[in-house]
Amino acid sequence: MAAHDVMPDIELFQPITVEDASAIAARLDGAGWILAGGQDTYGWLKDRAKHPGAMIDLAAIEGINGINATASGISIGAMTTLRDVMRDPLIAEKFPILTQAAGRVASPQIRNQGTLGGNVAQDTRCWYYRRGLSCYRAGGNICYADSPEGMNREHALFGASRCVAVSPSDTATALVAVDATMVIHREGREKRVPAEQFFIGPAINITHMTVLRPGDILTHVEIPNTWANTESYFEKVADRDVWDFALVSIAAVMKTSGGVIDDARIVCGAVECVPRRLRSVEQALRGKPRNEQTADAVAGLASGGARTLNHNQFKVPLMENLVRRALRT
Amino acid sequence: MRSGSSDSYSGAGSLADAGGALAGSSVAAPGLHSQPDSPRTTINPNTIDKRRVLIQTIESPVVSYLKFLPYFKMGAAGVESLAGVRKVNVNVSRRRFIKGVITSSAAAATSSAWYSASAKQRPGGVVERLITLNVNGRKRPVDVLPQETLAYTLRYKLGLTGTKLGCNRGECGACTVVVDDVSHYSCSMLTHSVRGRAVATVEGLQDPSGALHPVQQAFIDELAPQCGYCTPGQLMATVALLKDNPKPTREEARQALSGNLCRCGAYDHYLNAVMRASGQATEVEQNA
Repeated sequence: MAAHDVMPDIELFQPITVEDASAIAARLDGAGWILAGGQDTYGWLKDRAKHPGAMIDLAAIEGINGINATASGISIGAMTTLRDVMRDPLIAEKFPILTQAAGRVASPQIRNQGTLGGNVAQDTRCWYYRRGLSCYRAGGNICYADSPEGMNREHALFGASRCVAVSPSDTATALVAVDATMVIHREGREKRVPAEQFFIGPAINITHMTVLRPGDILTHVEIPNTWANTESYFEKVADRDVWDFALVSIAAVMKTSGGVIDDARIVCGAVECVPRRLRSVEQALRGKPRNEQTADAVAGLASGGARTLNHNQFKVPLMENLVRRALRT
Repeated sequence: MRSGSSDSYSGAGSLADAGGALAGSSVAAPGLHSQPDSPRTTINPNTIDKRRVLIQTIESPVVSYLKFLPYFKMGAAGVESLAGVRKVNVNVSRRRFIKGVITSSAAAATSSAWYSASAKQRPGGVVERLITLNVNGRKRPVDVLPQETLAYTLRYKLGLTGTKLGCNRGECGACTVVVDDVSHYSCSMLTHSVRGRAVATVEGLQDPSGALHPVQQAFIDELAPQCGYCTPGQLMATVALLKDNPKPTREEARQALSGNLCRCGAYDHYLNAVMRASGQATEVEQNA
C-alpha cells in the first residue's frame, strides 16, 4: 500500500547556478528530472509512473525568478510563481491575457507554488498515460484513449498521430498568442525558441511535449511589445473553476484601428497536443470589424479539419463559441 | 533504527509547540515518539539511503569543521557550540547554506580516499540531510530525506499532526500550511525547499497564553467545521488571506479558499467565519 502514498527514494540536487544545474542534468542524462514548482512532478513520482533517479531543484538559482521590463518587452524568469505572474501590474497592463491565464491555473495554493516555466513545460494529463500504462507516449505501441472503449472526452481534435493527448497548460495558450520567446540554456549557450515552436506534437516526437532535452533548462520567457496593450480575450472552460484542466481554452489578441481588426492571433488550448493557432480565423478576420456579425462569419472556420473521437464531439461547438465570444466587444 | 542520523532522531526536536489547535479539529502529537496514524505511512527503513547515512556517521572532525565553517564566519551568534549543529542560526540564508554544503563536499573529498571515491559520483549541489526548520517560530532540527514532503516532515518527524493529509496530491487542501505568509499544499512541496523560510501550521495559531487565534474563534462562533478534517487547511488558507488582504470581500474570500475542499459542504459557514474574522459582518447579519 505504501507505494502509492509517499514519495519514492530519490536524490535531490539544489544547485545555485544554471550552469551547475545543466551540468548535473547532462551527467545524469535521462535519470535527472528538472524540478521547478513540482506540481506536475510529485504526482508522477508518488504514482510510481515515472522513475527518475534524481530531482534537480531550480529554486535556489538566482536570476531566473522575477519579472523585468526590457527595452523590447517583458522578461519573466521561468521560476517566477504563477502567483507573481498574476499579481504583476506590468503584465496586467500590457498582457492581461497572461494575467488571466495564470489566474485560472489549478488552485490558489498550486499557483503559489507552481511556476510559469513549470506550467509551460508540464506533461500532458491523459489519464492512461499518467497511470503509467505503456502507451505510445510512454514508449509503448498502443493508445488506450483512441480505442473503441477509450474514455477520450478531454482528448484531441487536431494533430493526433497515434497519441491523442492535449496541451494542458493555460499559460502556454496565452504565451503563443502574444508571440513569446522561450529562452533555453543548452550546453552553456542560450537558445531562443518562439513559443509556437517550443511545443511539439506527437508526429515530431511522441514522448516529449516540448523541445526541451535532458540538460536543457528553460530560464526565461520573453514577451515582445509587438502585442502589448492590444485588445485581447482569454477564457478557459473546465468542469470545475478550480483544479481542473481546460476542456477548451482560448487566448486572442487583436490590433484594431477604428473598430476594424488589422491583425490578430487566436490560439486554442486543449484541442491539440500543442496550443493551436487558428490561422484560418486570423486570416478571415483581417479588415473586418470586431462585432457579432464577424464573429458568426468566422467562428465555423475554427473547427475546420477537426477529427473527433467517441466522446469529445462537444469540443467542436465549444471551440466555435469561444471564438465568437472572443470577437464580441 | 540506526544510530546517529537515522530517523529515530526525529523525536529529538522540542514538541513544545505541538499545542492544541482549534478545539475538536486537530489533535497534537501525544509525545516524543509519535506514531504515524496509518500503517500506510509508516517510515520505511528501506527508503533510507544507507550510503549517505554511512557518510554522516564516519565523518571526521576536519570534515565537520569545514562543513560548519560558514556558520563560524557569521560570528559567535551563528553557532552555539562546535557540536551544536542542531543549534544553527536560522538566519543563515538558504543561499549561504547551499554554498556551505557545496564547499564542504569539495573539501571533504580530499580527507578520505573512501569519501573521495563516493564524492566523485555525486555532482555538487546534493542536499544535506540534517537541517533546521523554522516552524511556528521555533527552530526545529530534523533529519530530512531528499524526497520528503513538508507534510510528511511535519506529521511524522515533528509530530505536528494538526496538518492533515487528504489526497496527498495537491487536490484537496487539507494539508495547507503557510510558508512566508503564503498558503501552500504541504503535501506538494519538498521540506528541503523551506530551509530558511517561516513555516506556520495550525498548531502555531494559538496564543502562548492559550487564547485562540481570532480566525479559530471566528470558525467556532460561525460553526464553520462539520467533521473538521479540512478545518486546519481552511484555517491556514484564511490566515494567509487575511495577512495579504485584511478586509476581503466575500468573493475574494471565496477565491482564496477555493483550493480547500470541504466534503461536508460547509463552504458558506467557512465564508461566514472568514468575514467575521476580518471584522466584517457575516452574510446573515448583512441580510438582517
